[in-house]
Amino acid sequence: MKNCLKITSAIITNHCPAPIYVGGGALAFSKSIPCVKVTIMKFLRQFAARIVGQSIRIFARAITAVRAEWKGIEPVPRQRVYFANHTSNADMPMIWSVLPPALRRTVRPVAAADYWLKNKLRAFIGPEVFNCVLVDRRPEVQDKPMDKIIAALDEGSSLIIFPEGNRNMTDDPLLPFKAGLYNMGLARPDVDLVPTWVANLTEIMPKGEVIPLPLICTVTFGEPIHVRNGESKDDFLKRASEALLAQRPEIRK
Amino acid sequence: MNSTTTDILLLAFGSFGILITLTVLGEILRARQPVHEQNPMLDTYMTRVQSWWGMVAFIGAALLLGKPGIMTLFAFASFAALREFLTLTTKAQADHLSLALAFFAVLPLQYVFVGFGWTGLYTVFIPVYAFLFLPIISALRGNPDRFLVRVAETQWALMIAVFCVSHVPALMSLDIAGYGDRSVLLIAFLVMVVQFGDLLDFFFGRRIGRTKIAPGLSPKTWEGLICGVLSAMIIGAMLNWITPFGVWGAALMAGVASLVGMFGNVVVAAIKRDRGVKDWSHLIPGQGGFVDQLDSVIFAAPIFYQLTKYFYT
Repeated sequence: MKNCLKITSAIITNHCPAPIYVGGGALAFSKSIPCVKVTIMKFLRQFAARIVGQSIRIFARAITAVRAEWKGIEPVPRQRVYFANHTSNADMPMIWSVLPPALRRTVRPVAAADYWLKNKLRAFIGPEVFNCVLVDRRPEVQDKPMDKIIAALDEGSSLIIFPEGNRNMTDDPLLPFKAGLYNMGLARPDVDLVPTWVANLTEIMPKGEVIPLPLICTVTFGEPIHVRNGESKDDFLKRASEALLAQRPEIRK
Repeated sequence: MNSTTTDILLLAFGSFGILITLTVLGEILRARQPVHEQNPMLDTYMTRVQSWWGMVAFIGAALLLGKPGIMTLFAFASFAALREFLTLTTKAQADHLSLALAFFAVLPLQYVFVGFGWTGLYTVFIPVYAFLFLPIISALRGNPDRFLVRVAETQWALMIAVFCVSHVPALMSLDIAGYGDRSVLLIAFLVMVVQFGDLLDFFFGRRIGRTKIAPGLSPKTWEGLICGVLSAMIIGAMLNWITPFGVWGAALMAGVASLVGMFGNVVVAAIKRDRGVKDWSHLIPGQGGFVDQLDSVIFAAPIFYQLTKYFYT
């Protein structure tokens, strides 16, 4: 029993990408004492992940009536990188909740490992419910974030990324973008880079408040962009940032 | 089955009959339409009819369930309307607690007061207590930037979405001599005359409308409005058997409610224009949000309530 748990927890913490997860499981089998419980545990965890995912989606819908506006693209299963503004921890679950089921199954949010592996609950929700690509932002690690991201793209997954790198706590609508988006666009030019604006979350849950306000949250998907031939990093990032800002719904106050 | 239930069922079947007619009419028009031609008018009409089916089903079920059903339905409508309204208003982080209180304390309390029929409380709770108390909460956080705008818009949202909407179920607590427990039918009466008035205003406005009421604000015309209100009066008179008003009384009450409702629609259009949005939200397919659908009922409800209270209790 103890052995089993150790194996499962090892699988879970080490391998987030689903295919490696399965491979890791098989590896664990061949090396350790055959243990049926591993499979049962795996099944149960997957089942629990599905239920938790649905609950998060229903909760988001009930509280914020979160809604997708497909302005520049159709909700069809194509490989895409949704790049979004980041003001709150709820951004990623909101985008994830508005995607239709077929798209949600293939999408993988890119998220910080230090956040999602902090405790057991997060380690369950991040990698297993949302199927996150966990990246380590510390410069000294071997496992470079971009390698993991490209690997996820090569598996055929779509991604959700926050190119500002950190949550935006300023009054500016967007922080300057990090180079990641450009590198992705350069390495895999066929993938659509979709500007995705999450509106109203700062008002729903400002930093430091406990009770979320049930205001309406809108997620707007704009027209995809690609890195142009010979376009410099700074030019592209500026263009991407403008494309994202253009999705902001206009409400005169 | 008591007479109230019978009347509700009769009304429901009557509404279903009308909706079936409207649906069939739409389908005939659609069948006559050349396949490759688009007709946005017809599509709008059909989605509207579909939403009305939903509305009739919900309100009918709620009426049959009696008080708990009605209270739940309108509390939910209030919640949805308040959410739409406050999404568009000016606010700062300093208002967070007062806005949370509006949603999670003021709204439920108002419906508790209405549910228990405490007239002395639910008619003053929002215009007096919430009006004075919520700005205090906001002020204590110490952000003076656009303070009056913030608190005024929040209060407006509460008045429209909670105070006014809650006056629809409040009709049940009116004690009308010789009317007994049938006051639930007043809700059906109010909603029906106002909504049919709107529908016919839309129809006649399209047909014969010339003079705009508020150009640049709303497509409503005086011709459409007059025809709509007159139709509402006729429908009201025909529905007098479910009211304590008598034929003429019912026609007059229907006329007033419909007229106030139409102007309410203009007011709501002004707010939308100011904020640069077309609809309040996208909750109801083809109709926008709850406020878009209910604006006329929202404005008519407190007036209808007060007139009934003054003249018939």
